[in-house]
Amino acid sequence: MKAWLSQHIRTLGATLAKLARAPVSTLLNVGAVGVALALPVGLYVGLASLQHLAGGLRVEPQVSLFLARDAGRGDVAQIDSRLKQHPGVRGFRHVSRERALEEIKTRSGLADVVESLGHNPLPDAFIVDASDAAPQNLEALRAEFLRWPKVAHVQLDSAWARRLDAVLRLGRLAVLTLGTLLAFALVAITFNTIRLQIMTQRDEIEVVKLIGATDPFVRRPFLYYGATLGLAGGVAAWLIVAAGICVFNDGLQELSGLYGMRFELRSMSVGDSFSLLAFSAWLGWFGAWLSVSRHLSDFEPR
Amino acid sequence: MISFSQVHKRYPGGFEALRNVSLGIADGEMVVVTGHSGAGKTTLLKLMAAIERPSSGSVVVNGQNIGALRPRAIPFLRRNFGLIFQDHKLLFDRTVLENVLLPLNIIGYRRGEAARRVRAALDKVGLLPKEKAYPITLSGGEQQRLASARAIVHRPSILLADEPTGNLDAAYAGEIAELFRSFNQVGVTVVIATHDEQLATRLNPRLVALKSGELIEAVPGAGA
Repeated sequence: MKAWLSQHIRTLGATLAKLARAPVSTLLNVGAVGVALALPVGLYVGLASLQHLAGGLRVEPQVSLFLARDAGRGDVAQIDSRLKQHPGVRGFRHVSRERALEEIKTRSGLADVVESLGHNPLPDAFIVDASDAAPQNLEALRAEFLRWPKVAHVQLDSAWARRLDAVLRLGRLAVLTLGTLLAFALVAITFNTIRLQIMTQRDEIEVVKLIGATDPFVRRPFLYYGATLGLAGGVAAWLIVAAGICVFNDGLQELSGLYGMRFELRSMSVGDSFSLLAFSAWLGWFGAWLSVSRHLSDFEPR
Repeated sequence: MISFSQVHKRYPGGFEALRNVSLGIADGEMVVVTGHSGAGKTTLLKLMAAIERPSSGSVVVNGQNIGALRPRAIPFLRRNFGLIFQDHKLLFDRTVLENVLLPLNIIGYRRGEAARRVRAALDKVGLLPKEKAYPITLSGGEQQRLASARAIVHRPSILLADEPTGNLDAAYAGEIAELFRSFNQVGVTVVIATHDEQLATRLNPRLVALKSGELIEAVPGAGA
């Protein structure tokens, strides 16, 4: 057991020494793996941040009714009473055109523009909470409200949230596809790196096999190399993504501030970071294993 | 204990390296296999170390039939051997010490014990002062002695040497011969393939002669 452990520690030490002996090629290899991994991981981070943003919004089954501009107080009262009696309505709120105008003045900073208009361009509005959030039900409500007198426009407030959700689903699919393709690229990179190493170490492999080395003994340094390369690539990807978050967040805060929202990329959670490192190390190990298994049999003395 | 019975070895292409060879080598024996180049000496040694398999007949080493050995078992069989190759097969990117350490690393010795054994082996062949040198800086005789040190460092029970004095001058050849004699004296079975008549007479061993793949002069099972 102790001998077994010391063999592994020795192999790990030799692997690190080998990486350190060729710093430029090590750096380039790690960089290639890091960039390949950073793409899907970066996309994932962006997506997770968007999802967080979407989760913070109310995705309530809300319907907004906008009345025609010429609707009078009587029309408002009529709609008010109809809504009160409607079985599909859980509650509603009336926003009078005067209040809407006040809100625009105080909240958007467009006070000057509004003053200069000389009249109120806004209609009366009702914001209705539907009792059933099913999309078909909301559509039915919308059609029904549209037929009411003096209702000019009906808007489903949840529609854009559903669109965002669909976009996010598509994004997740893109991350998965990109991730799969680039995982394959990582396996290919380690496969080739290890193949080259086996070529240059032909003599050594032949000699150790002749003096009694088992296949696992011959394979071990290559597997360690592959796993170390994958792990280092994972760390590089993590750093690239972390740096990207830093760089983009300033700009994103400014941009989203202009839209009156607060959106920023969230850094990777500890769990996600560990998954990334474990997965990249495993991919490197797997690429090395494929390569060694494929090429080691060439050395079998016959 | 090594025994060959009616062994044929045919290489791909049809060349028959060994024909109907029957031979027994007892534990602790010293055997020199002589013959011209191409007589089958190297093939004979390769069959013993499971580097080749017989085309027909059986080769049994320490009770294990080489022809029927599973690939997984071969490394463990080889650990019984110390192999000295015609071309030495030293690793030129490693120091003298690291070259000799290799068999012990493969077997899995702990660091302290391994270092002690490596120094003992290097001391025996007179290379201890050069432990940090690289093989390329060594003379032909020193490289030969380094190969011998690597072959004996794990205390094998059988030592196989292929043309150990191949391109050495007489003085070096004498040293190497003494080295083999000293291993044999502590109970190691020594099998040497050589066309060097001097080496053969100097050691005064049991002689086995091969000619065109056939055994001449040898008595099968003699000394067993």
